[in-house]
Amino acid sequence: MDSTIQEKIIGILRDKFESEILSVESPYNFLTFNLRQEKIIQIIEFLYTNPQARFQYLTTLCGIHYPEQKQIAIMYQLHSLTNNWRIRLKIFLPEENPVTPTLTTVFAGANWMERETYDFFGVRFTGHPDLRRILNVEDMIIFPMRKEYPLEDQTREDKKDFMFGR
Amino acid sequence: MQATETKKTDIKLVEKPEGYEGAGFFATSLEKVVGMARKNSIWPLPFATSCCGIEFMATMGAHYDLARFGSERLSFSPRQADLLMVMGTIAKKMGPVLRQVYEQMAEPRWVLSVGACACSGGIFDTYSVLQGIDRIIPVDVYVPGCPPRPEQIIDGIMKIQHLVENESLRRRDSPEYKAMLNKYGIE
Amino acid sequence: MAKADIINANTEVEKQYTTLNLGPTHPATHGIFQNVLTMDGEVIIKAEPTIGYIHRAFEKLAERRPFYQITPITDRMNYCSAPINNIAWHMTVEKLIGADIPKRVQYLRVIIMELARISDHLICNTVIAVDTGALTGFVYLFQFRELIYEIYEEICGARLTTNIGRIGGFERDFNDKAWAKIERFLREFPEALKEFENLVKRNRIFMDRTIGAGPITAERALSYSFSGPNLRAAGVDYDVRAMNPYSSYEDFDFTIPVGVSGDTYDRFMVRQEEMWQSMRIIRQAIDKLPEGPHFAQVPEFYLPPKEAVYNNMEALIYHFKIVMGETDVPKGEVYHCVEGGNGELGFYLISDGGRTPFRLHMRRPCFIYYQAYPEMITGTNISDAILTMSSMNVIAGELDA
Repeated sequence: MDSTIQEKIIGILRDKFESEILSVESPYNFLTFNLRQEKIIQIIEFLYTNPQARFQYLTTLCGIHYPEQKQIAIMYQLHSLTNNWRIRLKIFLPEENPVTPTLTTVFAGANWMERETYDFFGVRFTGHPDLRRILNVEDMIIFPMRKEYPLEDQTREDKKDFMFGR
Repeated sequence: MQATETKKTDIKLVEKPEGYEGAGFFATSLEKVVGMARKNSIWPLPFATSCCGIEFMATMGAHYDLARFGSERLSFSPRQADLLMVMGTIAKKMGPVLRQVYEQMAEPRWVLSVGACACSGGIFDTYSVLQGIDRIIPVDVYVPGCPPRPEQIIDGIMKIQHLVENESLRRRDSPEYKAMLNKYGIE
Repeated sequence: MAKADIINANTEVEKQYTTLNLGPTHPATHGIFQNVLTMDGEVIIKAEPTIGYIHRAFEKLAERRPFYQITPITDRMNYCSAPINNIAWHMTVEKLIGADIPKRVQYLRVIIMELARISDHLICNTVIAVDTGALTGFVYLFQFRELIYEIYEEICGARLTTNIGRIGGFERDFNDKAWAKIERFLREFPEALKEFENLVKRNRIFMDRTIGAGPITAERALSYSFSGPNLRAAGVDYDVRAMNPYSSYEDFDFTIPVGVSGDTYDRFMVRQEEMWQSMRIIRQAIDKLPEGPHFAQVPEFYLPPKEAVYNNMEALIYHFKIVMGETDVPKGEVYHCVEGGNGELGFYLISDGGRTPFRLHMRRPCFIYYQAYPEMITGTNISDAILTMSSMNVIAGELDA
């Protein structure tokens, strides 16, 4: 995406939501906005309905855990099919209590994506119709994708000591 | 295409077991006859979860025909199946389902574990994958590979056939077998 | 069909709905996922899906492995068309490190990806026919999937989970046998595909079964973030190969089939036509194939040839570092998407400068469009629900990751 289009999109967003933008960057030519958490749903709705922008396709949404800054980020990636523009919006939530409103009012496809983020990171989406674990077993208490949890199941027995002569 | 004469002796049917033959009768032990009959008509239950399932579909296809071993009729109901072929990764969420399917099968039943994930967890040493189905059910033959080639799956089936042929009729009631089932918590 | 009437009827008779468990192990669900259906006779009132029965924690596993060791994991996502996943991952890493890929590599990648797409659509279409009762197509067309497997074997050694290519290109150039096999496939496959098509395309029974089964409108499909053949069957012409061309797709001339009503017949026909278009692309790629190296100059990631390793100190060090996984990757975040067999397959990679990814998120098309399944089958019969599920081409490995 060349810089004139990037300037245009930054301009559209700055017009209405100047105060919510923390920073704008463009790694590998992909426009990324770091935003405040409070008005994220209004921002996405604005981008959906704005006749110049028309970001009416949600490509993906995922969580990212930054243990050093003690934050869990949510990354929304939107795509405007009519203009062929892609942008990325990121919000940062505190690690102890990550809460943010749900996107299912705008995009129906955000339903399972948010459930997956809840399952892996423990982010609560207020207003979600059915927020429960989707991929892991129902009675799991930890949120496995957070960095402090190990990959392997610590109680597994497959490396039996007697087979290895110990 | 020219028609060629096929010699009748070229067709190989099942070999008859050792026995005493006479005019109009053939005497052999019951175990041998039952073993021969069971071996050539195993009805598998394909419990295909992931990539090994696609290799199983290729094995059932015309190129590596599995039907010639007598497994023409796949049974998707455990009540009517002889061989449980577990193909693919079994996650911890799927474990109770596999256990229930195994318990529903009637004796005699055999289990074939196809693929590295079913044998030992495979490359997925993670919190959500069961490290081998022999944690929850007893397994007869393991077929390693990721995924195993259809020839390897057929080799596994032939080993099962060998087990089926040579199994004693009293094995399923013996105390050793019951003790083994108790180790898994199956009554 | 009086589907909606049954639900809206205001009867005084007390109704009792049956609960049917279309369980995780079921011959008709091609994959491991469960649906608990609440039914009024044959009509489905409500469906509640449960997935995760084959969750293997790919995203967490990827944080532990160096970049080229993640390729075997991507294989196991959409295992019916594994090369597409592999090449998509390699392109993501190449975007991150800023590698310049030669034209020949890009054309060879196109050939492999289109073969994989044919392989994926073959399974889906023959299985749709099997679910309506026509088993012949499955048995005959699987022979041609064996031919595709032979082509993969010639190039990378494996049939199904291919781990094809490397970051930077291919391990070896295609030899004569591989070209002979590809030519044989392109010569023999069209006839068999035409035969299958003639069996079902204008077959009155097939059309009656599939037209109107599990429809979805374009607006709902876009809201659910559908992509791939399912979205194109609903009427939206979004194809990543045309919109964000990668790996020289802009050099090829192909049409994108688009359906009208988004029902099972449209999905079947879109996939069928895509197979014809894939063969067209492969033909063009073979005819216009440029000369050149089969790998890019990325010595930090691409294993040097063995003669150099034994004679040259630098090559030995690179070989050691690559195999031990000690190569550091530049810091950054990148998203790359390709047109997989089921839609937009994307990799969102954040690297913090170490040897393994900091975060790898895979945008899996199956996971995203399967959430629309309850909406698509509410109000239809159970036999239509089975057809809808098989026509959506839900692959369990991609669903759960």
